[in-house]
Amino acid sequence: MKFVDEYRDPALAKRLLDQIRQIVTRPWVIMEICGGHTHAIMKNGLDQLLPAQIELVHGPGCPVCVTPVETIDRAVAIAAKPEVIFTSFGDMLRVPGSASSLFMAKSAGADVRMVYSPLEAVALARQNPAREVVFLAVGFETTAPGNAMALLQAKREVLTNFSLLASHVLVPPAIRALLSSPGNRVQGYLAPGHVCTVMGWQEYEPLAEEFQVPIVVTGFEPVDILAGLLMVLRQLEAGRHEVENQYGRSVSREGNRAAQRVVDEVFAVRDRAWRGIGVLPASGLVIRDQFAPYDAERKFGVETISVRESELCKSGDVLQGLIKPDSCPAFGRECTPEHPLGATMVSGEGACAAYYRYHRNCPTAPHLLRSLAVLA
Amino acid sequence: MHTLNPENFSCPLPITEYETIQLAHGSGGRLSAELVSRFFLPRFGNETLNRLEDQAVVDFPHGRLALTTDSFVVDPLFFPGGDIGDLAINGTVNDVCMSGATPLYLAAAFIIEEGLPMVTLHRILLSMEKAIKAAGVQIVTGDTKVVNRGCCDKLFINTTGVGRVPEGVNISAANLKCGDKIILSGSIADHGMAILTSREGLSFESRVKSDTASLNGLVEKMLQASSSIHAMRDPTRGGLATTLNEFATSSRVGIVLEEGAVPVRPEVRGACEVLGIDPMYVANEGKLVAVVPAEVADRVVAAMRSHPMGREANIIGEVVADNQGLVVMRTALGAQRIVDMPVGEQLPRIC
Repeated sequence: MKFVDEYRDPALAKRLLDQIRQIVTRPWVIMEICGGHTHAIMKNGLDQLLPAQIELVHGPGCPVCVTPVETIDRAVAIAAKPEVIFTSFGDMLRVPGSASSLFMAKSAGADVRMVYSPLEAVALARQNPAREVVFLAVGFETTAPGNAMALLQAKREVLTNFSLLASHVLVPPAIRALLSSPGNRVQGYLAPGHVCTVMGWQEYEPLAEEFQVPIVVTGFEPVDILAGLLMVLRQLEAGRHEVENQYGRSVSREGNRAAQRVVDEVFAVRDRAWRGIGVLPASGLVIRDQFAPYDAERKFGVETISVRESELCKSGDVLQGLIKPDSCPAFGRECTPEHPLGATMVSGEGACAAYYRYHRNCPTAPHLLRSLAVLA
Repeated sequence: MHTLNPENFSCPLPITEYETIQLAHGSGGRLSAELVSRFFLPRFGNETLNRLEDQAVVDFPHGRLALTTDSFVVDPLFFPGGDIGDLAINGTVNDVCMSGATPLYLAAAFIIEEGLPMVTLHRILLSMEKAIKAAGVQIVTGDTKVVNRGCCDKLFINTTGVGRVPEGVNISAANLKCGDKIILSGSIADHGMAILTSREGLSFESRVKSDTASLNGLVEKMLQASSSIHAMRDPTRGGLATTLNEFATSSRVGIVLEEGAVPVRPEVRGACEVLGIDPMYVANEGKLVAVVPAEVADRVVAAMRSHPMGREANIIGEVVADNQGLVVMRTALGAQRIVDMPVGEQLPRIC
């Protein structure tokens, strides 16, 4: 398949791995921010192939994982209303809230539907004028333009029965928070290629400068990731700290201006709670006041729902790169994909789910392989 | 362009005063009798069924009997490459023959929603007729119920099948032995992606077709090549990954696969990439995976390739002693990952 196969080419990947092995002279800790990267690394076993000195730390870039419990609880409360058709991407349906998930709400009688695009939800609103159609709009900067477009489309068509339950988060404030944390060990970053397709990489330049870390915008196929790592490592070994772009086929420095304008029209930047991490300043998007009739949170009066979280779950530490998923005492015991305690075990991009899915057998677990390599 | 199908001439819609199914068609009265005599018997009729007894009484060859039942609730009823009718025949024929048995008789039960167009039912019965002829089996008994509008979605079909297991054949998911080879009959994920991409609401166009087909002819060829097949299944819901995990768990062994060895058609792979779905977890309706001793593997593969249903048969992996109960994939880059059981519902009502 064009534009996919060349980025999965084993020969090219092996050449990149050889180059990485040649230039690495000491241990380095690199974080991939994006859950899409984490998933691709685990699926292709890239962590098993890297030299033992390189430690990959998984970042908080899974929108499902950092969506606060109160958003899930609000979603469940709205979905339970008889007039509501509640729509969402599939991943969000299984995420546990305080007491219930959207799937559980569905089996209890709520009209919950999985859609592949927010515009499908707009179409549902058009087809069901007597019902309230709500779309759960989660994600990073990547999905914000599509969700903003859906809202504007509904407004143009005067579909007053359409609203968004919005829970958008922004990447740069999260990187700032991680780099400012006293326990930070991360020395270089792979920045998320999809987010930067929309936003460009300008806003990463002050971070690279202030914290003196190399940041490389990286794509999602194995060859992309290895090339991105090679670029970070070249900078680290040379003592440089710049923003570089590996994902040139998709990302420019300015990003997609039209998409940015739509996001800015509909959303305003606010402080936001990240599940497992806490409130980060100016890290989220909320629907602007002039679009209040399309804001499900205000429409259904669910702003004040309070929450309860599992005490066993260490997903906050996982999301901050402080521990690896399999160091959590609940991993694979109380917490499995069938009975997730935290969202990191639910989402396809969650670090815990990726570890459980691809590497829970001891002989190939990355930390064990690494220790074997050290012994050898 | 509209193409003419000769079958539409030979099997016109039977004459009936109703354009849609009425509740009375399931009453057991005159309309029920008319539905059976005008719609079902002309398609499925045989000496046993024509007697219209409450049960089929049939001759059965001496030996072990394989029995299976399956309910078909696929949505939509018609999809690229097939419909609920041929799926209901092929699915049950395949479940019988995965034991090595020769399928002989089927029972079919229809739960029909009031208001189903007669022409829809007729079209489905025609495709069932074609499927039973292709598989060489008979429907010998059946049942029809009609439920109120909203009490089922258009049409559900249950089929039950029986077959005879040949002497000396012992096929079970618990029979895997270290060193055995895993053979796959062809490309995966066609059926599930055909259903997904034809669903309403998904504005997605593709040329992906379901692979629904009966596999008893292929199984016969395989058993002629070697009667020592250890395990065999058709990887339907949950896909190849689920079937192999079931094998590994039942037999308490590990399974190692080679990433490049599992074929996926380009159009299916494209659809999977766009929708973020792993083809290893997508349903098939005309493929089988068999586990055989290493010394007969090449012979079985050659026999499979001589049959239209097994042209692309290939060895995709082997059974190992490590990692009991796990399926591990060797990636193209030389690393490893677990191929786990799926969690949650990837796609409801695919069969």
